This record gives sequence, C-alpha cells and structure tokens, in this order.
Amino acid sequence: MSVIIKAENVDHWYGEDENRTRALKDISLEIDEGSFVAILGHNGSGKSTLAKHFNAILTPELGKIYVAGMDTSDKDLVIDIRRTVGMVFQNPDNQIVASVVEDDVAFGPENIGLEQSQIRPRVDAALMSVGMYEMREHAPHLLSGGQKQRVAIAGVIAMRPRCIVLDEPTAMLDPSGRREVISTVHKLNRDYGITIILITHHMNETIAADRLIVMSDGEIIADGSPKSVFTHVDMLRGAGLSVPDTTRLIYLLRQEGFDLPLDALSVDECASAIYKKFA
Amino acid sequence: MAPVIQTVNLTHVYSPGTPFEHTAVDNVDFTAERGEFIGIIGHTGSGKSTFIQHLNGLLKPSSGRVLFNGEDIFSSRQKTRETRFRVGLVFQYPEYQLFEETVYRDIAFGPKNMGLSEEEIDRRVRDAAGFVDISEDQFEKSPFDLSGGQKRRVAIAGVIAMRPDVLILDEPTAGLDPVGREEIIGNIVKYHNSGENTVIFITHSMEDIARIAGRLVVFSKGRIFMDGTPKEVFSRAEDLRSVGLDVPDITLVMMKLKKLGLPVDDTVYTVEQAKEELMKLKGRGKDV
Repeated sequence: MSVIIKAENVDHWYGEDENRTRALKDISLEIDEGSFVAILGHNGSGKSTLAKHFNAILTPELGKIYVAGMDTSDKDLVIDIRRTVGMVFQNPDNQIVASVVEDDVAFGPENIGLEQSQIRPRVDAALMSVGMYEMREHAPHLLSGGQKQRVAIAGVIAMRPRCIVLDEPTAMLDPSGRREVISTVHKLNRDYGITIILITHHMNETIAADRLIVMSDGEIIADGSPKSVFTHVDMLRGAGLSVPDTTRLIYLLRQEGFDLPLDALSVDECASAIYKKFA
Repeated sequence: MAPVIQTVNLTHVYSPGTPFEHTAVDNVDFTAERGEFIGIIGHTGSGKSTFIQHLNGLLKPSSGRVLFNGEDIFSSRQKTRETRFRVGLVFQYPEYQLFEETVYRDIAFGPKNMGLSEEEIDRRVRDAAGFVDISEDQFEKSPFDLSGGQKRRVAIAGVIAMRPDVLILDEPTAGLDPVGREEIIGNIVKYHNSGENTVIFITHSMEDIARIAGRLVVFSKGRIFMDGTPKEVFSRAEDLRSVGLDVPDITLVMMKLKKLGLPVDDTVYTVEQAKEELMKLKGRGKDV
C-alpha cells in the first residue's frame, strides 16, 4: 500500500514570546492510502493542529509533511495538496455558502474552473455518495445537523480528493446525526477507497477504524488497532480520555478476578464474552 | 406546596397562518417539584428546546399556561421579569454569548440587572465562580483568553450568580471532551445539592444523564412521550428506538445477557450497576 500522508519530526507552536506553547512535539507518522484512521485526544491534545497540517492550512515550524509526496511547505503546491486532501470541520453552519444544496456542492468545482458539463455529473455523484441526492434542491439552512454535515462532505467529495480529513464532524450533532455522518464516511472509505482521517473525542466512533492514534499533550501516546489501544485502560484515563462503557465493565470484572478479554468492544462481543464466563 | 414549575396545555406554533406553520410544542402538561433533577431527552426537532424556553418566559405560549410557584408567569410584565431571574436558562453553546471585558464583569452582568447592591453582586460573583471552579485570579482576564471549557463554565456562572430556584441547561456538555463534560456535570450537581434547587438538563447523552437525573422526560413530536425514572425509561428500549433515541450500551449488554438466559436485571444503565448485577452471579464464574 502506498503512503498518502507522511509526517517527519513535526513541531508546531502557538502564541508569542512567554505564551508560546508547543502544540506538536516531534510527530512522525505515515498514513496508508485507502485506510480509515481515527485520531483521538482531549481538547488541547494537538489533534486538530495535526489535522490542519494535512492539507497545508498550517505548515510545520520544524520537520516536514508530505501529501502524496508533495512537501506542504512549498507554496506552489498548496492547490494540488488541497485537491488531494479535503477538510470537513465541526460546525456545518460555517461551511455552507449557497442557498440551495446542489449549488453548495458545486461551489468547489466551479471555483477551480471546471466546465459546466463536468460539474453536473460530479455534483450528482457526490450527493448520491452521501445519500443527499433527493434533497439537492432544498435550502441547506432547513436541513438537520447530520444532513448539513453530509452536504459539507459532498462538497469535498465533488473535488475528487484521495483523502478526507474530518475534524470533529459530529461534535455538534445528535446521536442519529452522528450515526449518519459516521456511516457515510465508512461507506466512502469502503466503496471509493478514499482515505479517511477522523478526528474525534467520541470513543464509539473509533471502534470500526482500521487504526486508532491517541494524542495527548502534543504527542502520540498510542497507535494501533482500536481493539489493542482500548485495552490500555489506565493509560487512556491518564490522558483524560475515557474508554467505552463495554470495555470499562470488562475492566472492572477483570479486577474481580474474571478472565475476560479487554478487546471485546462491541455490545455483542462484550455480551458473549461475559456470557461464556457466567453461563 | 405548589410545584415550582408547571405547564398546563402548553402549545407553541411557529409561523402560524403561513405555509411554514409548525406545532413545535403540542398540549404539554408538565410538573417539576422543588429539588428535582430532571433530564430532558429527545431527537433534534422534538420540541424540547422550544419547550424549555417557555419556562422562564422567553417564549410566549400560543395557548396554555406556564406557572411558577403556582402563579401564571405571563399574568403581568412584572411577573414575567421576576420569573426570568428565578428560573435561569443556559443556552446551547453559552460561551458564544460572553461579551464583557473581564470574567468578573461577565458573571456580574445578571446580578447587576437585578438591581442588587455592589456588595451583594460581589458576593454572588465569587460564590458563582466557586460553583464552576473558576479561581479569583482569572477574574480580570478577558473571557476570550480562556479555554473552551472554561468559557462555558463562566457563562454558566453568569446564570448561577442570579441564584435561580430553577436552573435549566440546554445541552451544557455538547462539544466538550470527556474531562470537560465531567467538570460541568460536577458543577451542576454541586449547585443542585447546595439547596432546594431544581435542575432541568437537556442532553443527547444517555450515559451522562442516567447517572445524575432522578427523572427522565422524553420528548417526541412536540409531546411528552415518556416520563419516569431512568430505570423505567431505559426498560422500554424498543419505544426509545422508535423515536430515534438510543439505550445506553450497558443496558444493551444486559438485555442481551438476559436473552441468552442469564438471570440479570436488564434495566440497569451504569457500568457500576452492571458489575453489581454480574457479581451476584459470582459463584457461576468458571475460574473463581
């Protein structure tokens, strides 16, 4: 598998003089094309700062970021980098620009000067991929939070990126909106092979990822499959994160002497592991 | 004694007489007793936010009445104004409403409006800051220099400083990480326990609310769909799903175990309760 994003010893600071804080501390990582990577961390852990480096909104103060081999600190490459990696942010209301759904999705392709004949099929395909085609003539401000966020994702899809970075896309949504968005990004990953980088602090959204990276205080403190990462209950708690309730139940039962697997993450896995011990 | 808050046939219709006419709250009878901690849950668009905005007179009902200590809050302008100070409402993302130059002045804004003396305002600001763990060395900072979680706590302190009998919060933990959520929940519980204060808390997080509320009210399509203890409400998993809500994962695990034949109570909803239930079966664990 080829590497789509590569970070080499990246450092980033915020603020001036004595208020300078080191938001990223010597971060190195590689993300495989086509993978689904979740990045988890509490507020201020550096996860959003790192994400903003992936499409050159921020550039490293020290070290390098390469997107599909392109150096993000090379100003001439910024447009190509942003076409390769699209971003979706937390607040859907700040990302919608037009008064009709399909116009909003067409905004990006129009901006890069595509022919009308090319724009239409792209917009339709993008809306279909997020399940919003039926609502293409609606006014975005009347949609639910989950629907708005899917329109924002369609706007990114219409640019045909190879990778999408979503920075806490569900933080402002209710549970059903959250489910809509998460299942949409999984579908884009599965059906179209688009690399997904999902920044979140909801543990449950990371369970189905290929890989889970945990950040704390500007550093990567865990990196592996969600099952392996969530077994480190104490380390996650130390980083101000909680583990899913299913893991916590198994953790408490283990402390009572029951030999249960900590990687039984889903409700079904947790129930059947407990059943085997107690039946 | 009359309930602290009561609504009688409360109905709210948005844009009446237009093609956008929409009944957001439909004939709701609701009662909150002094000292209760009530969680309100419901799908987006279920009418819960519209409902609570009536409880301190911010929205006027299309029909029906809102009573505070047994008196109609819309009986006079004076009464509506008085209710606004005694029923405090914290909006979603309240940190967007901070506007003063310092933390102190932001918290003092409400009590100042109540026409209190300088001394009393000062006492209340310090008191309210204590509830939300904002230390005095932060008082002269600009609220815009604080972290997201701190900003939200300052905004909540601004309402607590009015010492409301009823504190209503619309999704106070939305968008915060687990640490931030715990802090805010702890602050609210502290205020609830500090007197006969009533708390009404809107949330999407079943796990959060199940731990702290004594009573859950579920809204759907502008009406009260369920009203009971968390145990009663979560025992109706299918009904909750039918209105777009989830049961806590722990309840789902226990339901599954019961279905598989283990003699457990499948209406528990916290990790600790589930552990207790399973420990009752201790003798059955193969390696114990």
